[in-house]
Amino acid sequence: MSGDTFFFYAFSALALLGGLGTVLLRNAVHCALALMTSLLGVAGLYLLQGAEFLFAVQIVLYIGGIMVLFLFVIMLVNLDQASKLQQFGRQTPIALVVALAAVAAIFSMLSKSAVLLPASVSLTPLTGGNTETVANVLFTDYLLPFELVSILLLVAVVGSVMMAGKRTE
Amino acid sequence: MPANFMPSAAEYFRFAPEIILTIVGTLVMILEAMTGDRDKSSLGYVSLLGLAAAMAAAVAANNDPGLAFQSMIIVDGFATFFRVLVLGVGMLTILVSTNYLSEAKANSGDFYALILFSVVGQSLMACANELIMIFIGIEISSIASYILAGYLRDDRRNNESALKYFLMGSFATAFLLYGVAWIYGLTGSTNLGEIRTVLSHGTAPTAMVGISAALMLVGLAFKVSAAPFQVWAPDVYQGSSAPISAFMSAGPKAAAFAVMVRVFYTSFDSISNQWEPVFWIMSLATMVIGNFAALQQRNIKRMLAYSSIAHAGYVMVAVTSHSAVGTAAVMFYLASYCLMNIGAFAVVTWMARDGEKFVEVDDFSGLAQKQPFVTAILTVLILSLVGVPLTGGFFGKFLVFKAAIDSHLMWLAILGLLNSAVAAYYYLRVLVVMYFREPGASTVNLPPVAGTLRVAMLVTTLGTIALGIFPGLILGFATQSSTLGK
Repeated sequence: MSGDTFFFYAFSALALLGGLGTVLLRNAVHCALALMTSLLGVAGLYLLQGAEFLFAVQIVLYIGGIMVLFLFVIMLVNLDQASKLQQFGRQTPIALVVALAAVAAIFSMLSKSAVLLPASVSLTPLTGGNTETVANVLFTDYLLPFELVSILLLVAVVGSVMMAGKRTE
Repeated sequence: MPANFMPSAAEYFRFAPEIILTIVGTLVMILEAMTGDRDKSSLGYVSLLGLAAAMAAAVAANNDPGLAFQSMIIVDGFATFFRVLVLGVGMLTILVSTNYLSEAKANSGDFYALILFSVVGQSLMACANELIMIFIGIEISSIASYILAGYLRDDRRNNESALKYFLMGSFATAFLLYGVAWIYGLTGSTNLGEIRTVLSHGTAPTAMVGISAALMLVGLAFKVSAAPFQVWAPDVYQGSSAPISAFMSAGPKAAAFAVMVRVFYTSFDSISNQWEPVFWIMSLATMVIGNFAALQQRNIKRMLAYSSIAHAGYVMVAVTSHSAVGTAAVMFYLASYCLMNIGAFAVVTWMARDGEKFVEVDDFSGLAQKQPFVTAILTVLILSLVGVPLTGGFFGKFLVFKAAIDSHLMWLAILGLLNSAVAAYYYLRVLVVMYFREPGASTVNLPPVAGTLRVAMLVTTLGTIALGIFPGLILGFATQSSTLGK
């Protein structure tokens, strides 16, 4: 097993186990920490792909910023009450069967046919670093979606301000 | 890196409706802050003007069809049709809302701004030529709708509705994105035209292309409330304010159908033998579940929600037919559906009054004696929802089933027709209650029909009749633009 393959499986395991922990653990703080582990695993996968920019963004934004906020919010919520609630509904067994069937279907599909990018897509070697390439694509070809995301964020900000605003009595 | 990526004037022109809406939306928010405690109805009129200007820009842009911004968007007849439709839905929603909001003492520029931004998203969905653009359009439209669903924050039903819509909607979007990721891995592109080219070579493993198409279909089927992804619709429509239910059942649905048709007819054209059977089953299930569940509803908003599911089923029949006639049928049906559904919800808005106390079908008892004008309006709209001749609903159904028969989907057409017969039962019950029952407590102290609401009722009703008598008004354009720009 080469180093790359080993790290691929290691990071994937980290991401998957973290995801499972997020769903299954009872304590909300543990869930948040498990989610952090999962995000770390994904960051590792980005690094293996040579996507240093995404790796850095994943660490700084998700793990550094968003998850810390998550933890703050969890600390403010009444945890004792939440831990007494029933965690899963009656449909859990059915959901489990469906999820496992979906995993089996996708797994069999992946093992049957090796997925390669079509020949028409040539992987041109990067000129300059990964960050420069991302910037070049983002600010030329994908400039319009990049700008439009700001409308999306604006709507989200307006919404959260409205939801958190003072109640009218 | 070439420096000539500056967009040309023609490209800005093709993108003008969205630019205008965004500017007006931002302006309305600034005006909201500047007007303080004064009456905010005037902001509604500003928004109406903005939507009208955007509509003019959308129509003008159709004179110079083509791609824009590195083929991120495409302006063709199909896109123009749906842009005008969602802009019209936005205008009607504002007309229905202003009076309702004033009575609930919740009239604010934020509401109108959110409607405008939601329409921006839907307009983007109509003209997107890229999976990333489609995703951003859907998200702008949806997030604005989630907030609008919970707009009356002190109303428990609003809160429940917004939370349900948000959780399920985000889950569905995740499926869509997963599908997009797969298709990018398989074809190396997110551009609809390029995906079509790569897939037509037939080198990509068909089963995996099928899975990615299925994943994307889950996300889109949720947005149009097609079975088995329809469960959210009745709860959300019932819990939200009636004007917002009108909006959610029309605009986002029409835009999501536009995306569905464009993605499956363009990109997944070469694997149509895989998705056509799935659409066949889904359209039948959607019609059956919608109609039979509607039979048991006592709450009129819930009944209209199930009826809107059933109508999504009819549109799915037209999508299944996978032909130019089918595309024209989708367009015509959605136009008439939007008119009659918003009209019906406008009447519900008027009837429900502040706090939405009167939303049962039985609350319409004896309305014919008390308020003949509204009764006449609702009668026409209900007859159109049933599909009685001389209404838009009739021609819509006629075109849908004609498209199905032309594509040799005989059984689907027959089962669909049987379904419309079932639908007649629960629609006509409303008419029976209005005309043949004695007035009850709900018809005491009926409010006057406010001017804006009256305009909305008249426009939707007259529009429905116009489409029924002169279907050529929009059918000609729909047929011309049914071959999508590929």
